[in-house]
Amino acid sequence: MEQVLRQTWAFFFRDYHLTRRYMSWVVVFTFYAVVNSATIALIGVAAGDPRLTLTLLVGVVLWNFLSVLFQEIANSITYERWEGTLEYTFMAPVSRLTHLAGVSFFTLFYSVARSFFIVGGLVLFIDLDLSRANVWGALLVLVVSSMAFVGLGLMAAALPVLSPERGAEATNIFQGVLLLVSGVYYPVEVLPGWLQPLAAVSPATYALSACRKLIGIEAAGMGEGAPLSAVTYELAVLAVMGVVLIPLGLYVFGLVETWAKQTGKLKRTG
Amino acid sequence: MSNQGIEVLGLHKHFSKRKGLLRRRGAAVHALRDVSFGVERGETYGLLGPNGSGKSTLIRVLSTLLVPDAGQVRLLGHRIPGEEAAVRSKIGRVSVDAAFYKKLSARENLLYSAFLYGMDKARAERRALDILEALGLEGEKFTDPLEEMSRGMQQKVAITRALLVNPPLLLLDEPTTGLDPKSKRDVQTFLENLRSEHGTTILLTSHDMAETERLCPRIGFIAGGRLIAEGTPDELKRIAGADSLDDAFIALAGEGLEEGEAAVKKREAAEPVEA
Repeated sequence: MEQVLRQTWAFFFRDYHLTRRYMSWVVVFTFYAVVNSATIALIGVAAGDPRLTLTLLVGVVLWNFLSVLFQEIANSITYERWEGTLEYTFMAPVSRLTHLAGVSFFTLFYSVARSFFIVGGLVLFIDLDLSRANVWGALLVLVVSSMAFVGLGLMAAALPVLSPERGAEATNIFQGVLLLVSGVYYPVEVLPGWLQPLAAVSPATYALSACRKLIGIEAAGMGEGAPLSAVTYELAVLAVMGVVLIPLGLYVFGLVETWAKQTGKLKRTG
Repeated sequence: MSNQGIEVLGLHKHFSKRKGLLRRRGAAVHALRDVSFGVERGETYGLLGPNGSGKSTLIRVLSTLLVPDAGQVRLLGHRIPGEEAAVRSKIGRVSVDAAFYKKLSARENLLYSAFLYGMDKARAERRALDILEALGLEGEKFTDPLEEMSRGMQQKVAITRALLVNPPLLLLDEPTTGLDPKSKRDVQTFLENLRSEHGTTILLTSHDMAETERLCPRIGFIAGGRLIAEGTPDELKRIAGADSLDDAFIALAGEGLEEGEAAVKKREAAEPVEA
């Protein structure tokens, strides 16, 4: 057990120090995320529509959190291929579960920290009153939806093993499709009919729906957050997605790893 | 318990080259063809071959990074494929390109590696500094980012990484390429001490004949994916009718050889060598 904890810590340790060394880029990306979020939320302010403002706010914060979580897990293998360290990670006596869990823990920590900065930045631009919102409920939704996004990230992390460049490209396309179909800034009903079925399989759709209720966007009295019991369905769907997607992600990753070892695709590239 | 550190029998590995827009399967490249050899526990075995001869592929198979098409491999009694988990905790590998997180310091890279193998921080730091000192790298470089180090210094950190957990089996793929003569000597002395003090089994691939002759009582020549000759340096010179290992290597596995066929013929014509 102690060995597994140390091995999990190895990835947290590595990613923490890499983040520290690339701090100027982290600051730049976070600054851009804050500004981008503010410009989106200010559309609601300009329209003089508090409901729209809050809808956009929930969308930007949630999407920033979930997309970074997905992207960083998915790109973790790409980074290793660029540095040429993937072979050393794969020949270490570490199970893939421990490896990917370590990567996911740090990414979760990083995504939470980044989201705090974004919310903090938004307060500078927009008058936020969340005193009647069910903030703890919304945080619970974030935690549960994280599991599903970790699972998707694990599956996407396998793509750079297949092909470093094509894998990264496919990850971005997949992330773009999630953004489009999940109704981050609009109800999914405004999407063309042929796209709407995709919304039903995106975990972000359920996370957003639940958060909007808990923050009080859909309440008659604006800002009056719903109790947790009002989002039981969304929470259940997200939990099932997490339970299915994490093992599925590990399974897919395992298949791709075996294939790469048969075809010699683990060699350094990039 | 077998006294063999490495047992390789009838190993085959090929890669498919894909061609065209649709990436259709093209010609197969045979990286290893029926390779068989053994290395006793505590022995240092040298593998010499031209570029593209299959040395690195062989090291990758033994490192559990490639699955062979056919053949049997046993490392310290563990079979691969099949017992990769047991093998991974007992091997260290150094490749010709020192692959690291270049923004991280030597300390951070080495601690990361130590944690992967379940080592605690204090023991890992102590051992890393001891090895680096033995390899002639000053302690103050320990906290410098790898990107600020020379290629030779990076290679010393790579060797330290492979030795951190004191593995009983070392797979060294041209570990001294790019090192200056003094650094090369430091590494060679360290490897000699490692074998004599810890009984480490070492498989060394190299282009440096003098180094291989110094470190390896037995040497194999590989060309075109085939092991074309094997023996002590003196035996190899005798087979090739050469005065030096360089000449023996060029004669048996040298320029212009296609797929090692010529070398195989030459070996077959030569008197057999007892391993």
